[in-house]
Amino acid sequence: MNEVVLTPKEQPYVPIETSTIKPDDFANKSIDEIKDLEVWYGNTSSKIGDFFDVEGESGPTPAETNILIDGDVYNTKRIGQGMTDGKITVNGNVNMYVGAEMEGGIITVNGNADSWAGQDMRGGELIINGNARDYVGSSYRGDWRGMTGGIITIKGNAQNEVAEYMLGGKLIIQGDVRHMPGVHMNGGLLVIEGNVISRPGGEMKNGTIVIKGIVSEFLPGFEYHGIEKDLNIQGESIKGSFYKFKGDFSEKGPDGTVYVAVAGNNHIVP
Amino acid sequence: MEIHEDVPCPFCGTICDDIICKVEGDEVVSTQNACRIGNAKFVHAEGAERYKKPMIRKSGELVEVSMDEAVEEAAKMLVESKRPLMYGWSSVDCDAQSVGVELAEESFAVIDNTATVCHGPSLLAVHDVGYPVCTLGEVKNRADVVIYWGCNPLHAHPRHFSRHVFSRGFFRERGRSDRTVIVVDPRESDTSKLADVHVQVEFDKDYELLDAIRTALRGKKILYEQVAGVPRETIEATVELLKKAQFGILFFGMGITHSRGKNRNIDAGIRTIQDLNAHAKFTLIPMRGHYNVNGFNQVCTWETGYPFCVDFADGSAKYNPGETGSNDLLQNKETDGMFVIGADPGAHFPQKALEVMAEIPVVTIEPHRTPTTELSDVIIPPAFVGIETEGTAYRMDGIPIKMKKLVETDLLSDKEILVRILTRVRELKASK
Ligand code: SF4
Repeated sequence: MNEVVLTPKEQPYVPIETSTIKPDDFANKSIDEIKDLEVWYGNTSSKIGDFFDVEGESGPTPAETNILIDGDVYNTKRIGQGMTDGKITVNGNVNMYVGAEMEGGIITVNGNADSWAGQDMRGGELIINGNARDYVGSSYRGDWRGMTGGIITIKGNAQNEVAEYMLGGKLIIQGDVRHMPGVHMNGGLLVIEGNVISRPGGEMKNGTIVIKGIVSEFLPGFEYHGIEKDLNIQGESIKGSFYKFKGDFSEKGPDGTVYVAVAGNNHIVP
Repeated sequence: MEIHEDVPCPFCGTICDDIICKVEGDEVVSTQNACRIGNAKFVHAEGAERYKKPMIRKSGELVEVSMDEAVEEAAKMLVESKRPLMYGWSSVDCDAQSVGVELAEESFAVIDNTATVCHGPSLLAVHDVGYPVCTLGEVKNRADVVIYWGCNPLHAHPRHFSRHVFSRGFFRERGRSDRTVIVVDPRESDTSKLADVHVQVEFDKDYELLDAIRTALRGKKILYEQVAGVPRETIEATVELLKKAQFGILFFGMGITHSRGKNRNIDAGIRTIQDLNAHAKFTLIPMRGHYNVNGFNQVCTWETGYPFCVDFADGSAKYNPGETGSNDLLQNKETDGMFVIGADPGAHFPQKALEVMAEIPVVTIEPHRTPTTELSDVIIPPAFVGIETEGTAYRMDGIPIKMKKLVETDLLSDKEILVRILTRVRELKASK
């Protein structure tokens, strides 16, 4: 396994867009060729070498290529967009769209991510060891087909509309989220280990949401189905007692399920 | 003295087209039929300081300059910025807006209008779930159930209620008494006082109430005895009332587009209208604010495929509100140069955005002294559309209206100014 190390120079005031930072683009290229790959800097075309020192060696295929971004890239968008194989590790924060449209491989961010992490994800694994913002694992604006496969894990908190229009795959948030997780969800599994402020599963038609923390406000369009113990969903076994709700009946013939931990959530049971 | 009849009012999205204006010399001296805010626009409210000459800020002071010098500075800002933002566009005519889109494309800029802080969430909802609209004429002639949700037209669109609810229509011969008016608003307002039913939804709970209404519409039981402060029975009774409508209309404003959930409230609102059509004829119209805010969304959509927040950074049109909206770009410190026209972000944007505006170069096309011009480095005053120059504007229901020219002026129109800047941008780029 070969590794290419990108050490960021100072991050610019206007963000850069770097969908070329992925094993698919780096594999089988010399360091000079990698430095020459295009990135967008505001409204001008620029090169990876303008923003990063590049060292190491790429592998012959994406699967054999690791990329390490060794530093904070808080103003860099679209890292690993559309990657199919190999690994990216970031030792710092990233901007929007990390791992968007990814199909395979692993991205690990040892920091925070901005909005749209894993947007339209198809496969592979995205791990954010810090917090993420809005629309984790969401769809492209206006599309009713969001994330279809792969696994996203957020170790910290996320904000609004995570798993929006989710169709498949797994999204696990170990911290808290704010409003409308799983809005318009049509499939897949969303697990929130922390608390939710409001509206989990709004307008959902299918798929499963499991919430282990406290849900402050729940929607009136769901049907209460009693208590269920120790769940097993999509190969994921989740221990504990949960209130089960089906809905959202504001939609036609919905088959969505929301499980909410019994502990601390008596107030949402009718 | 001249009298002009059937003049459309260039102030709010209602664009009343029955105003009578009395003109003396190069001024409108009085109006008939206009409301107070419309009248103020025609006769130039006292206290508003009108600019007549282009100005540039030199060592902190605004100094009068030639049009050529101001155009040069504006063009330079657009060409030199790495991520220019062109914001506003809601008080200018459609021809100027069309040149604006061309200028944004030529400058690899982001172009966005005031919808970003008013009905932008409605536009997002429209992508997701569609747009069952009608015209204001249909409302006047047909509507027997009128809902105003999160808006107070008696203050924001003063003649809206009288022109479409009180007035008699072809199928509503008795006017107001042939219609049921429902106001959904957490507050008591002058509009709610005129309603037959005031649903006092709890603040920030619009989505919950819509979720319950839609659930009841499908004949399912609402999970809780009370939703958003409204008892289950009241919701069920209101749903029955809506189902019996011959022609229902939902007007909605910023009280719902900007309460918690934003675009999702409108998404659920539009779905409610779609669901209601299984029982009754139902439509909706957003209460647009500026007279031509809708026009920009129309022009931008037919030119680029997207209604606002369009990013030309790499030469093609890209779009993602949340990233490419004016407030996103300012608050995330992404933009390094701002062009403002036909809007006053200085008065309406949050503090955090204004702090960034104060740091970057700002070019403003604006007839008056405003909070925005205080932050501007270049100011070019245009002629007023609908008073000093003609043009097309789109009413809130999407009907294009020809705005009239009533008086003469030496000032250039917005379009003429934009064409000059566009020409100069092309020259500067060619010489690079
Ligand atoms: S309601 Fe609006 S369009 Fe009509 S006169 Fe008043 S400001 Fe003008």
